[in-house]
Amino acid sequence: MYYAPEPMHIPDGFLSILVSVVLWGVTVPVVAYAIRRVSKDLGERQAPLMGVLAAAIFAGQMLNFAVAGGTSGHLMGAALATILLGPWAAIIVMTTVVGVQALIFQDGGLLALGANIFNMGIIGVIVSYWVYRTFQRLAGGRKWGVFTGGFLAAWLSIVAAALAVALQLAISGISPANIAIPAMGGIHILIGLGEGLITLGALAFLYAARRDLLHIGEAAPKGGTAVWIGGLVIAAILAIASPLASAHPDGLEWVAEQKGFLDTAQGPLYNIIPDYVFPGISNEAFATIVAGLIGVLIVFGVTLSVGYMRRKKKA
Amino acid sequence: MHIHFLDPYQHRASPIHALDPRVKFVLALAYILTCALTPIGAWPVYTLLLAMILSVELLSTLGIKYVHRRALLAVPFMLAALPVVFTHGDTFLFSMPIGSWTLTAFAEGLERFASVALKSWLSVQAAVVLAASAPFPDLLQAMRAVRIPRLLVSLFGLMWRYLFVLVDEALRLMRARAARSGQGGDAGSRSGRTLAWRARVTGGMAGNLLLRAFERSDRIYMAMVARGYDGETRSLPMLPVPASAWLSLTGGILLLFLLLMSGFLFWG
Repeated sequence: MYYAPEPMHIPDGFLSILVSVVLWGVTVPVVAYAIRRVSKDLGERQAPLMGVLAAAIFAGQMLNFAVAGGTSGHLMGAALATILLGPWAAIIVMTTVVGVQALIFQDGGLLALGANIFNMGIIGVIVSYWVYRTFQRLAGGRKWGVFTGGFLAAWLSIVAAALAVALQLAISGISPANIAIPAMGGIHILIGLGEGLITLGALAFLYAARRDLLHIGEAAPKGGTAVWIGGLVIAAILAIASPLASAHPDGLEWVAEQKGFLDTAQGPLYNIIPDYVFPGISNEAFATIVAGLIGVLIVFGVTLSVGYMRRKKKA
Repeated sequence: MHIHFLDPYQHRASPIHALDPRVKFVLALAYILTCALTPIGAWPVYTLLLAMILSVELLSTLGIKYVHRRALLAVPFMLAALPVVFTHGDTFLFSMPIGSWTLTAFAEGLERFASVALKSWLSVQAAVVLAASAPFPDLLQAMRAVRIPRLLVSLFGLMWRYLFVLVDEALRLMRARAARSGQGGDAGSRSGRTLAWRARVTGGMAGNLLLRAFERSDRIYMAMVARGYDGETRSLPMLPVPASAWLSLTGGILLLFLLLMSGFLFWG
């Protein structure tokens, strides 16, 4: 199969509901704002441009090259999209890519889609923008700013997204921080190099072939400074939180405990009913019976309907 | 070579395929949400959820094998949850020495790991059935129906329309590379020059692909304008959801709700 899924798309079931909901809560307004911005900046051209580029990023994720030890490097594309399109359009393009991956290829869950868009679309793009802009300013329009900035932006976008995934898993209580963060971070420091090299090659090609394209995203968009600061803040948070959390997993446990309080705070609401309605019946026994009954009914229903359909087909 | 096998839609004549795509979309989401909300260790509820999705798979005539082959995608990620077996809980289960270390597994951790693995396996099955039983344009309609922003939906549509074209383009680029320098892309084969060289060639291909996409999007835009495009994606007005579909929707949601509530009641 040509299509190699990255270990960065979180499937459903791994994130706690609270984390999923919070990340949806961040993702939705950011994407909505990006849509508004892009509609204003690009006008009616936006739909074909971004739709086709999303398809290109998806197809580009198939391009790979052999690395030692039977592994291969390939592209996520957040940095490349940011450099070519600017941050807002890149967020929308990545949202589209990640959305279609989840919906069609089950690469990443549907409920976890908010988190996946947040990690790959928003964090990846904003961090890339931050690095790329910084190097462009440092270089003052000289060539090395594009290349160094592009390489580092791509590398950091992968590392940052991976650290965010690890932190989310740790907060969800799925993967202990002192294992998940060094593991995810360490692997993606290497995977990020592949992303950086491919991005570098792509920029070299575009620099030679169509230099004007590289300037589209460059024309500092309004609010670019805010995105830049956002990138700085995200990078800082990840840089501080990751080592802290992996050195002191207690900190995250504390977060999880707070979350636990929330869960138990809801508890009584559900617990009143069985005590009240079924006095004297051991909950577990009753539950098993009810569960068994429903199960039998379902299986019975399926058997009936399958049999019925077979009959109808023959008739 | 043309890449059509990417499309997961499998045409069948089944009640699941015939179900209104909007209802199917909402039910799949509700199912996944139920899986996520069900408390850790509520095994009977999981069993019932499994019975439910297996029934749907049987009804859809997609074949259990097909669904489960695709559902395997979620498996590698389960490794991420594995450490929880050894770090969570305090009921001693077993311990195994690894070198100078001793790994101790806990019952609570194992329960949590198994629950998470099961939840994600169930959820991915629902997503597989959804994608295999509704053609993408129908899913777009469903997304429109649940009020996902129009621009995003039309981007999804455009991306889907050109995905196959651009994947073909990417395959052509890869074939050209293979013709020039041996099998450069296969993991493990070390044809071509140094690692950095291989990466740069691949990068050049990615840049080339994006450039072609840019130029193609220009042509597409011109063609759209020539046909009267004014920035608004127009589509046929949606038909009302038929009564039978409403019935399936309410029935399905009610069933899921009951399962969830019993999960909360007895295992919450």
